[in-house]
Amino acid sequence: MASVLTNLFDGVAYGMLLFVLACGLAVTLGLMNFVNLAHGAFAMAGGYICAVLVNNSGWPFFAALPLAFVASALIGIALERTLYRHLYTRSHLDQVLFSIGLVFMSVAAVDYIMGSSRTFIKLPAALEGQIDLSGIGIGRYRLMIVVICGLLTLALQLILARTRFGSRLRAAVDDPRAAIGLGINVPQVFAFTFAFGCGLAGLGGALSAEILGLDPYFPLKFMIYFLIVVTVGGSSSITGPFLASLLLGIADVAGKYYVPKIGPFVIYTVMIVILLWRPNGLFGRTPAR
Amino acid sequence: MTARSDVSSHAIASARWRPSEVVFWIVALSCAFLFPSRYLIMTDIVRLALFALSLDLILGYAGIVSLGHAAFFGVGAYSAGLMALHGIVNEPVFALVVAGLVAAAVGFLTSFLVIRGVDLTRLMVTLGIALLLEALGERFSNITGGTDGLQGIEMQPILGLFAFDMFGKTGLFYSLIVLFVLFLLARRVVHSPFGLSLRAIRNNPLRAAAIGVPVNRRLIAIYTLAAFYAGIAGALFTQTTALASLDVFSFERSADLMLVLVIGGTGYLYGGLIGAVVFKMLQELFQSITPQYWLFWIGLVLVVIVLVGRARIHRWVLFVPNQIIRQFAGRKAVVAVPERDAS
Repeated sequence: MASVLTNLFDGVAYGMLLFVLACGLAVTLGLMNFVNLAHGAFAMAGGYICAVLVNNSGWPFFAALPLAFVASALIGIALERTLYRHLYTRSHLDQVLFSIGLVFMSVAAVDYIMGSSRTFIKLPAALEGQIDLSGIGIGRYRLMIVVICGLLTLALQLILARTRFGSRLRAAVDDPRAAIGLGINVPQVFAFTFAFGCGLAGLGGALSAEILGLDPYFPLKFMIYFLIVVTVGGSSSITGPFLASLLLGIADVAGKYYVPKIGPFVIYTVMIVILLWRPNGLFGRTPAR
Repeated sequence: MTARSDVSSHAIASARWRPSEVVFWIVALSCAFLFPSRYLIMTDIVRLALFALSLDLILGYAGIVSLGHAAFFGVGAYSAGLMALHGIVNEPVFALVVAGLVAAAVGFLTSFLVIRGVDLTRLMVTLGIALLLEALGERFSNITGGTDGLQGIEMQPILGLFAFDMFGKTGLFYSLIVLFVLFLLARRVVHSPFGLSLRAIRNNPLRAAAIGVPVNRRLIAIYTLAAFYAGIAGALFTQTTALASLDVFSFERSADLMLVLVIGGTGYLYGGLIGAVVFKMLQELFQSITPQYWLFWIGLVLVVIVLVGRARIHRWVLFVPNQIIRQFAGRKAVVAVPERDAS
């Protein structure tokens, strides 16, 4: 029983991590309707920046995390302003090709700079080991992930629902033309959102180095997971992707633990079935454009 | 009735063989004779061209964006490999057709998943199917050989007459003939009324349905045919290299294929063939400059192509040939790329 709960907790931590990694994609892909397969590249950038800061420059882990966020966001906004914004109106095929090209470039560039082997981030001693909670082993690192990601999710939900920026973003997504007519600077809103999503991905990448593993092929390996979160979760709210990533995280951990040989098989099958059953995602309401 | 005769006369006129096409195939054949030291790379190009032709059928003519076309390539490769390994079908040409049919069967079954939903769902489903097959191949590694691949495939002589030699001469001519035959078939298909209706679907599915085109049935048919072509390309891969490993399903293969087609241009059949030649040359070039990091340059090519715009690049490339052709044949005989955005 205890191992079941430990697995469940690991699954929740994994799922929350996936959510932080993928929720930026939920905005670009789900709301802005831009197929960005290169989302994982920003996560990888954040992870490597954190690794370099902690391992080489001797920064404390918790100071490096915000910097991973900021650096990835800066990379994101630079690319958005120079490249991405020209492609918002282009066909999906063009967007797919463009972002695949970016993924290939990032993989080779990171391989060139950092080497092809897996990179580890040195963790502070406080994060190692497990806490024993009435027989249930809970990893300290995973507990920290659950806390950080949980707070982030709450903050995101509040920003989207309660702030002026949140309502501008929702207006810009619902009807860009009307939003421009009301004096909302839609390109700016999109650029800011894109950068924020990239920053979250970078933070997720830094957090995930311990759990998912960080190597140059990260964007390709986890691309499908991010896409699953967004397409299965739908894009009408932030709760859809959140529930989808929890589901995916728990299913993946349980699959790897209990049926190690057919784990990935189960996940892909479930994804295809869900997409056929509800093409707009499990929790999606808006018809896809 | 005049409208119909207009359409058919237009279709017949556009289906006529142009001099440039004849020249293309003569050049292709003469390359096979001119460079005897390059058989292996040329076989590689021919295989890739066939694979790209298969993607062109669904992307260029039906507007289905697929991220997992390697699935059918892999099915064909493994069917051919397993048949040769266990001696089920020994004769390569027959095995080729059987492997193609197996892939077509998989294509037919999965086409029902693909025709549902919009672009994004299609992307995910095609990608998911390829990953699913890869996971299956890994799961049943006792059959597929896992990451090591199928070992010890020995090919019998083609039609019992032409044995595969170590220089790849037989392999090249075999692949070239297969490509030509399948190209003729594809050419016939896309210029038929069936092909015209596909283009109608690509340009506007709703309107096509409104004028009485059975959209879903047409898409299922062309998807199955494309799977057949991809399966044959995969089988050719196994037969000419005596190798089949799990990377036949890989995402990189599907992504490379997109690049091939984008270089050549979609929707006129030669795009895949020209793209395959250019892609392989680029790959050779990049690999000779930076053996480990050529992926970077491939990615850069993709990004630049998209940013400059595919249609514009093709206009630039065709500028010189068109000028020359105009000098000799007048305005009519211009090599045009009838490309519209495929999605």
